[in-house]
Amino acid sequence: MTAVAERSAAPEPKAGEIPSFEVTLKIRRYTPETHGDEAYWEEHTVTAHGTDRLLDALHKIKWESDGSLTFRRSCAHGVCGSDAMRINGRNRLACKALLKDLNPDKPITVEPIKGLPVIKDLVVDMEPFFASYREIMPFLITTGTEPSRERLQSPEQRARFDDTTKCILCAACTSSCPVFWTDGQYFGPAAIVNAHRFIFDSRDEGAAQRLEILNDKEGVWRCRTTFNCTEACPRGIEVTKAIQEVKRAMITRAF
Amino acid sequence: MQTHQFDVVIVGAGGAGMRAALESSARTRTAVISKLYPTRSHTGAAQGGMCAALGNVEDDNPEWHTFDTVKGGDYLVDQDAATIMANEAIDAVLDLERMGLPFNRTPEGRIDQRRFGGHTRNHGEAAVRRACYAADRTGHMILQTLYQQCVKNEVAFFNEFYVLDLLLTHDLTGREVPDGEDVAVSGVVAYELATGEIHVFRAKSVVLATGGAGKIYKTTSNAHTLTGDGMALAYRRGLPLEDMEFFQFHPTGLAGLGILLSEAARGEGGILRNADGERFMERYAPTIKDLAPRDIVARSMANEVREGRGAGPNKDYVLLDLTHLDPAHIDAKLPDITEFARTYLGIEPYTEPVPVYPTAHYAMGGVPTNVEGEVLRDTTHVVKGLYAAGEVACVSVHGSNRLGTNSLLDINVFGKRAGISAAEYAATASWVDLPDAPADAVVAQLEDMRGRPQGERVSDVRRELQQTMDTNAQVFRTAESLRQAFQDIQVLQERYTRVSVQDKGRAFNTDLIEAIELGFLLDIAETVVVGALNRRESRGGHFREDYPKRDDEGFMEHTMAYRRVPGVPVDSPALSAPKGEEVPEPGPGRPVVLLGTKPVVTTVYQPMERKY
Repeated sequence: MTAVAERSAAPEPKAGEIPSFEVTLKIRRYTPETHGDEAYWEEHTVTAHGTDRLLDALHKIKWESDGSLTFRRSCAHGVCGSDAMRINGRNRLACKALLKDLNPDKPITVEPIKGLPVIKDLVVDMEPFFASYREIMPFLITTGTEPSRERLQSPEQRARFDDTTKCILCAACTSSCPVFWTDGQYFGPAAIVNAHRFIFDSRDEGAAQRLEILNDKEGVWRCRTTFNCTEACPRGIEVTKAIQEVKRAMITRAF
Repeated sequence: MQTHQFDVVIVGAGGAGMRAALESSARTRTAVISKLYPTRSHTGAAQGGMCAALGNVEDDNPEWHTFDTVKGGDYLVDQDAATIMANEAIDAVLDLERMGLPFNRTPEGRIDQRRFGGHTRNHGEAAVRRACYAADRTGHMILQTLYQQCVKNEVAFFNEFYVLDLLLTHDLTGREVPDGEDVAVSGVVAYELATGEIHVFRAKSVVLATGGAGKIYKTTSNAHTLTGDGMALAYRRGLPLEDMEFFQFHPTGLAGLGILLSEAARGEGGILRNADGERFMERYAPTIKDLAPRDIVARSMANEVREGRGAGPNKDYVLLDLTHLDPAHIDAKLPDITEFARTYLGIEPYTEPVPVYPTAHYAMGGVPTNVEGEVLRDTTHVVKGLYAAGEVACVSVHGSNRLGTNSLLDINVFGKRAGISAAEYAATASWVDLPDAPADAVVAQLEDMRGRPQGERVSDVRRELQQTMDTNAQVFRTAESLRQAFQDIQVLQERYTRVSVQDKGRAFNTDLIEAIELGFLLDIAETVVVGALNRRESRGGHFREDYPKRDDEGFMEHTMAYRRVPGVPVDSPALSAPKGEEVPEPGPGRPVVLLGTKPVVTTVYQPMERKY
């Protein structure tokens, strides 16, 4: 099925504006209430502007042509982690993927992230993802009495785990991981990233417990170092490196 | 339909909701209901910092913070609340550090602090370093840290459940409550996104923590999901909304997009320039220049553009200049916002100034509460068991203009207070009966919306609402522009009755959700415009070009907007005769917005002229 949302001739661009262009999205849809249990492809063509992101194109389709197209989104500038999807075969946030950078001459394929059950269209069930996250005890673990002021931490100690504090739990990394696709029990990169964030925090005393959890057969050793996760991370976290550091900590017990 | 029972139900899982949940769940059976996964909440988009007079890097004290907050809010701040907030700020920051929040550190290992707009040493002498921060991701770290603690404490979340009704013992839109009678909350009705199922939550206490309403405007830093839900739920049940005419426009939104670039950019030395390269803030705020409060900077920017000194091919923005800063310093302190400039505008902030223009950012007004978080149903009476905290609420610590960083502080201080209050109330209060057929109104609303065969598009009505609000109720306002906005909203309200959705399904029907949200936006926008029409003065975020001066004689008071059904004679001491423009009649059969006032609590600081 092809729907055309807007195909009118683009108006003359104002001075300094990037001219508008047409772009076709090929979207993987799954709407069991109306179209049966099989997912299907659907194409939509919309007019886009220079700074438009994929999310803008999806909105244009939803708002002007097919209200049933379903996806999650909230902040629309890459910090809330709602709209991770598979765009031209790569996991990205729809609100950070500029159309002009996606080779709009060809149809852009848009699919739900892989390895999690699809609920509807681009919406997947995030619960298994958050369950893995919860398992690695993603919170500061300390012993002894609480200090009356802040715990001291040097800028160098703070820098040690800075990269992994950036995680927004969008699941782009975990759902790009071939191991996760074939073995849904694997903790996945995001859970390990969040374990890393605490293991290397000088204030935390729960590293041994977390490493024990990640030493499980579904833990860090399943990682095959394919770097998909690092490429997928919209926050630029060096995910594979973080996983390697956790592996090393497990062997050397140095953290 | 399912029915649940909890002592405390918290609506919203951003910073205020989760901070409340940590307190409440430690004391009693608590559920958090959120239309988003908690980590998607817009607290995570806050960037620059959270102020507290720790004095870690230079001399500071909470009294100076209180004064700055009061002055920043143009004296419409309730000073008892501001004092509490500034005093409890220190513990609020230390609480977060103990929970694991990774603040930036001083060389000595203490929490580092930086400058922020309107925060000064000794009552305005110079900018002070008061904002505790984690790069330009402070909100992200707060949201993550609070969620981590909720995971640790096994808080019960109902994620992607959308609360659509607030259940009270009285319908306040139709009649006044007789003297001596209590109004109490009995629960909420929610819609489960994944299945379309209706859930009734019975509760002794309900905490509203649903955040703001930035989507009434077109150009906004707010998330798509910030549609004033909690404000509208309370308002539709006849509870007042306070000071809705005060909306903050953040000076530095990415031009044309509205994406926020933190004030921290100026705190770290960034400078605003017009097309001539002039540092124009020197003319408007000679002492603290680019670090003047947001209302002043936003107006100054809009004025530069209006007077033809805007930059760019259409002269419609100004420039945020970071090029004199060391790239390593930018990377360390402002990594995210500089990436936004690169990603969305293709601008390299190391070498090029960034196009910026004010963007709708924060509702100073909201559901009125006292300092314990209890919701008021008029100037004095509380609704038993109902609490609110964060942007949905108006306590009022922000008055007519919020200082940067004080929202992250507000959610922590008053989120905590509301959570404690709600749990303590639930410990002793007896259960209130649910109304008969509590979900009927919501079910009827949803079925009506889903059942309309064809009609207006949600996106058309919403776009026109946002356009008229941007055009007529933004940084500069006049009686004429506001009357236009009011008339436009009346037309759109009528069109809204004919809105239809294309998705008729049950599962994850975001088409339906957007239609419901639009109804909330229209009601909230109406309260903003009616309040703005009435307030014939200029104060903080509300600037009337036809009345450019602050008028303490006439308007040193909070606005209270009440929704009442038409035709019912209203005779309440809470209401007062309108002072400002005659508010035009709403469309036939539509509820009316009636205005009252509430006194401002002034304890120490007498109103002075606001100069920086």
